[in-house]
Formats: sequence, C-alpha cells, structure tokens
Amino acid sequence: MSDSGVANAVAPAFTAAAVSRRAVGEGAWLRWALTGLALLFLAVFLVVPLVLVFREAFSKGWDVYLAALTEPDAWHAIKLTLIAAAIAVPLNVIFGIAAAWGISKFRFRGKQVLITLIDLPFAVSPVIAGLIYVLVFGSRGWLGPWLEAHDLSIIYAVPGIVLATIFVTFPFVARELIPLMQEQGVSHEEAALTLGASGWQTFRRVTLPSIKWGLLYGVILCNARAMGEFGAVSVVSGHIRGKTNTLPLHVEILYNEYQFAAAFAVASLLALLAVVTLVAKSALEFKHQRDRERSARAATRQEEL
Amino acid sequence: MMSRNRVIPGFGLSLGYATLYTSLIVFIPLAALAAEGISLGGERFWAVVSHPQAVASYTLSFGAALTAALINLVFGLLVAWVLVRYSFPGKRIADALVDLPFALPTAVAGIALTALYGRNGWFGGPLEALGLKIAYAPAGIVVALTFIGLPFVVRTVQPVLAGLERELEEAAASLGADRWQTFRRVLLPALVPALLTGFALAFARAVGEYGSVVFISGNMPYRTEITPLLIYSKLEQYDYAGASALGVMMLLFSFLLLLAINALQYWSLRRQGGG
Repeated sequence: MSDSGVANAVAPAFTAAAVSRRAVGEGAWLRWALTGLALLFLAVFLVVPLVLVFREAFSKGWDVYLAALTEPDAWHAIKLTLIAAAIAVPLNVIFGIAAAWGISKFRFRGKQVLITLIDLPFAVSPVIAGLIYVLVFGSRGWLGPWLEAHDLSIIYAVPGIVLATIFVTFPFVARELIPLMQEQGVSHEEAALTLGASGWQTFRRVTLPSIKWGLLYGVILCNARAMGEFGAVSVVSGHIRGKTNTLPLHVEILYNEYQFAAAFAVASLLALLAVVTLVAKSALEFKHQRDRERSARAATRQEEL
Repeated sequence: MMSRNRVIPGFGLSLGYATLYTSLIVFIPLAALAAEGISLGGERFWAVVSHPQAVASYTLSFGAALTAALINLVFGLLVAWVLVRYSFPGKRIADALVDLPFALPTAVAGIALTALYGRNGWFGGPLEALGLKIAYAPAGIVVALTFIGLPFVVRTVQPVLAGLERELEEAAASLGADRWQTFRRVLLPALVPALLTGFALAFARAVGEYGSVVFISGNMPYRTEITPLLIYSKLEQYDYAGASALGVMMLLFSFLLLLAINALQYWSLRRQGGG
C-alpha cells in the first residue's frame, strides 16, 4: 500500500511525459499518412484547377492571350466589373460600419431579426438574388411601368448589375465587424466621450483604429466576391456584349462560343485576383496576430510593473 | 444598461441607416418574391412546385449538395486536423489556399473543373477509361459543389480544435485510452457542434450554387438540371410567376437552414462556455 503510494508520487514526473508523447501525438507514419491525404485532397480540388486555368490561358501562346485581353469587349467588361465593385464595396462598407455600430453599442428589440436579415444574402441562391430585382424593377415588375414612363432602365442595364452585386456582397463587412465590435464593448468609447471628445472624434480616433484590420479583411473579401459574382449578375444583365457584360459573364460567352483559350485568358485575370486576395488575406491575418501578441506582451509587462 | 444609450451617440443614425438600407436591398425585394409566388394562388403554386421536372431538380440539387457536404465533412475535419496539429513545409500556403473557393469566381471554377473532368481533361480522360463519367453527369455536379463548399468545415473546425485543451487528451491517455478511443470519445464530441455548423453552411451554399454547376452539369432536364437553373430558364421564358414559386420554395428552405445554423452556433457557444 505505502509502496505503491511512493511509486505513484515519483512516477508521474517521467511517465506523464512518456504518456503524453505516445498517446497524445500520433505515430510518425500515421502523421505522414494523414498529412499526405489532406494535401492530396487540397491538391486535387484546389491546386490542379488553378494551375489548369493558367495553362489553358497560355495554350495558344502570348499573342492569343494578349489579344483576348485587349479586344474592346474584354476591355469593356473589365471596366464594368471595376465600376460595379467601386460602387458596391463602399456602399456596403458604410452600411457595415453603421450596422455594426448600432448592433454592438446598443440594446434594442429586434436585434436578432436584423442580424438574420443581414445574414440572409449568404443563404440565398445567386439566381434568386437576381430574380428579386427583376420582380421589382423589370418591365413587368412593381416599378417597371413607372421606370418605363420615365425612360429609365435598371434591369438589363448597369444599375441592375450594381444592385445585384450589392446584394450578394451585402453581409461581408457587417459580418466581419459585428462580432469584433461586440467583443470590444463600449468602455473605450465611453472614456473618450466623458473626456470631452465628440461622437465623430470618438469614432475616428478610438473605434476606427481598433477595427481597421477587421474592416480591411471584410473589404478584401467583399471586393473579391463583387468582382467575381456570376449567377446574380447573369440574371439581371441580359448579356449585351460591350454594354452589360462583366468579366465573369464575358468568360461564359467566350466559353460557349468554343473560344477556350480566350475564355481561360480572361478567367486567368480573375484567378490572379483570387490569388492576390488570398495573399492579402493571409498577410492581414499574420499582421493582426502579431499585433495581438505584441499588445498581450505589453499588457503582461504592465501588470508586472 | 440604459446609460449606454445615453452616453454613446449615433443610435438613431446608425440603426436608422442600417435598417433602411437592409429594407431596400434585402427585405423589400425578397417580399416582392414572396408576393409574386403567393399571387399564383394555392392550386397553381402547387402545380408549379410539384411538377415532375421541378421534383427531379430538387432531388438532384439536394442529393448532390448533401453528398458534397458529406465529402467536405470528412475531408474538412482531416484538413483542419492536419493544419492545427502537425507542422510540415508549406503549411502556411496550404492554410491560405483553403480559402480559394471563396476568392475564385464561380464561373472560373466552373470552366476549370469542366476542362479538368471532361473527356479530354487531365482527370476526365483516365476516369472515362475506367468507365466513370464525371463532366455532364450528376457526379460532375458533386465535384463542383465539393469545391464550392470546401472551406466551410475547415474554417469552423480549425479554431475549436486549436482551442481544445491538451490536458483532456493527456488525462484520457493516462487513464488508459488509446489514441483512437481518445479521438472518438473525447475529441470528436467536442468538435460535433463545429462540424455540424460547417456541414450546414456547406450544404446551404451548395444547394443554391449556380455559376460553377452550369458549366459542368450539361443542364439536361430531369437528369442534370439543378433547381436554380430551372428558375433561370423559367425567367428566360418570362414565366415570372413560375420562377417565383420555385424561388419561394428555395427561400423557405434557406431560411430553415439558417435557423438551424444559428441554433447550432448557439449550442456550440454554450457547450464551449460550459467547458
């Protein structure tokens, strides 16, 4: 009895280490097998398709590649894609900040309903996102006759494309900021306000610096989706070449005309955008993590003092 | 609690603007869809949504989305596990790459996967020699939807797995559990809410997906026509009411799934909070 008691008291020092190494980690071969299988899955589903886009784009040489990107319809599609993103992203940023401020700093009835509505565009099929605007603004829609009488067109025109883009990218910034600002609470803002700062000063000097990484993160994702949206924009665009074609729609037209090299050339621009997005995103995550570690270290140093 | 409202300014401005914008962009247009669907009347609504072509499209959309989400459930857990627990060269690149389906436009994914799994493709050729037809068949839709939903399970499981305390596993091991028992009895139960949330998100995304599927599916009515495509073709024939009726069905489903996801996240938060 007393013997085993002594053994139990001495043993943990080295058996615990042995146990944790043996039973909390996996054997080397299993580790390599799991890693290999995971990487194979990622390679088959992600890397190979991405590589294929660039290979097909250059399959007929540089001349065909450059010609596909510089023809007038492609240029127009690039411009329209940039315009749609340039309108949709800032509008959704303003909305995202307003919604996150309201939701995180105040208590009110119906907050959960508002959050659910903000989430809804993520859950709705892109085709339905296009359909709803056709029902409101289309020639047989709610506002159709009025728009026609005033010689305005939204569906099969640029405003419809912008609207559809706004809808599909609607939640990105708000979704990023709401949890961030909820976590941060209100104490910093309250301190600034009691020290005499105005509401705007408080927002600009206190809130904005503390949410800048989350905001930038949301903007990057919002922009990638805005430039790449296909389904919703396809429904409202009418596919008028040189007029209502965005880059993804231009890819579809070229592909359906069996101009595969040209289609992949234009697609490679969008794939490049995706790669840049991923690089920017992981750079931001890295920076954000470093900032947090640094402030955590500063906090412990202060505690020690 | 009420003092917050008095100290922090901008309650009316921020919420007023957010509510107005949400109403204009999301709520009113979705209400238009519901109104258009309802305007058909019960009998005709039912005739549209229970038409054999529509039913075939639901079966395909749900079946393919479910299969893809299940594939992502298994491999998502594997990828999350490897990224959290092991270190290997190129890990940060692999981690960043997981988000590719969020960043790559669906049309680009669609043509790339079609070229890859088509008869002359790198994968399609060898697979066809084995008698497996992927592109222009339901299997192709599953491939596209697996691509689209790939990040969800990984990204929901990763933080939970990273936050698990190693002491739990060490305790299980010191009590005599082998690694597999520890995984099944200790780790897996802790991961279930995150796994289910990721699964539901991938499923919801896959059911509505359009861009990547239209290229690879071949779009044959009754065989490879998904519900969003059926809505699209009704719209092209100016059958607004029919498109809306199917849209209402899909919207109802999305809404139910969204409620389920919120409930899952609530459950998972409570479980984490309870330790």
